Amino acid sequence: MATLPSTIVEPLLPDTETEVHPDVDLVARTRAGDNSAYEQLVKQYERQIFRTANHITQNREDAEDITQDVFFKAFQKLDQFKGDSKFSTWLVRIAVNESLMRLRKRKTSKTVSMDQDLQTDEGSIPRDFAEWRPNPEQIYSQSELGDILRKTIAGLPPGFRTVFTLRDIENLSTEETAEALKLSVPAVKSRLLRARLQLRERLSRYFRQKNEAPK
Amino acid sequence: MNCTDFLAKLTDFFDGNIEPDLMSEVTEHLGQCHHCEVVVDTTRKTIEVYRGTEVYDFPDDLSIRLRSAIMARCEKSMASPDGKKKLKT
Repeated sequence: MATLPSTIVEPLLPDTETEVHPDVDLVARTRAGDNSAYEQLVKQYERQIFRTANHITQNREDAEDITQDVFFKAFQKLDQFKGDSKFSTWLVRIAVNESLMRLRKRKTSKTVSMDQDLQTDEGSIPRDFAEWRPNPEQIYSQSELGDILRKTIAGLPPGFRTVFTLRDIENLSTEETAEALKLSVPAVKSRLLRARLQLRERLSRYFRQKNEAPK
Repeated sequence: MNCTDFLAKLTDFFDGNIEPDLMSEVTEHLGQCHHCEVVVDTTRKTIEVYRGTEVYDFPDDLSIRLRSAIMARCEKSMASPDGKKKLKT
């Protein structure tokens, strides 16, 4: 019997705290000229921004450049941050824009369209119904697991990969993801479903309860 | 509810956005359909594995190098009259 949704994946739902976030003070201090406050913000979010850019672009050098550009642009546009979203969400939005621009510059613009459904049925219908081993990630070393996860997500179309990254890895809400990608909420849900199912299908080769070697 | 109906609701199911009336149908379907149960369990695990694994290394030396480059750019921009004006607004 499957578990009920409240325990399915914790914490999938966005934080709904209404208290003033400590970042608001760091932003105010930066605006007042305290660069050490901004350095603190960079320290807090550089890993997240690097990860987001790396997931979307699938290129480490691009991710390093984007991380620098995101924090520099955010610093320059700090007066535009109104505090109606989390500072980290604002940074992630800038990172998504920068990452998608990089992808388009690679002359693969057809593959990074965010406003069209991809012409593929892959991921729409599950085909693999094998159960997985109880703790499949423990079968592999950290390095092997990293290779598997990188290879698997790299195989997704960029539009799906980006939605999965924002929703399931960076924990943005469906609405925040839709806003960041200029997509409708139903379009985000549709891409998220297909991204999750495609990843599941591909990971099953490595995690299933069979004595087969990974393909 | 059949498997196609269930799949159409899978994202809402994971997000806990299923209306109570529909939830009983979903639960009933999951109790009867082993394939959908496997899809739910393995999709949940897929998300957990990605969330729980640092897929891309971010070593300390990279962190220090990036932060130093970022702060140098920010400070340089502050040194220009235009940069100072921007932050005081």
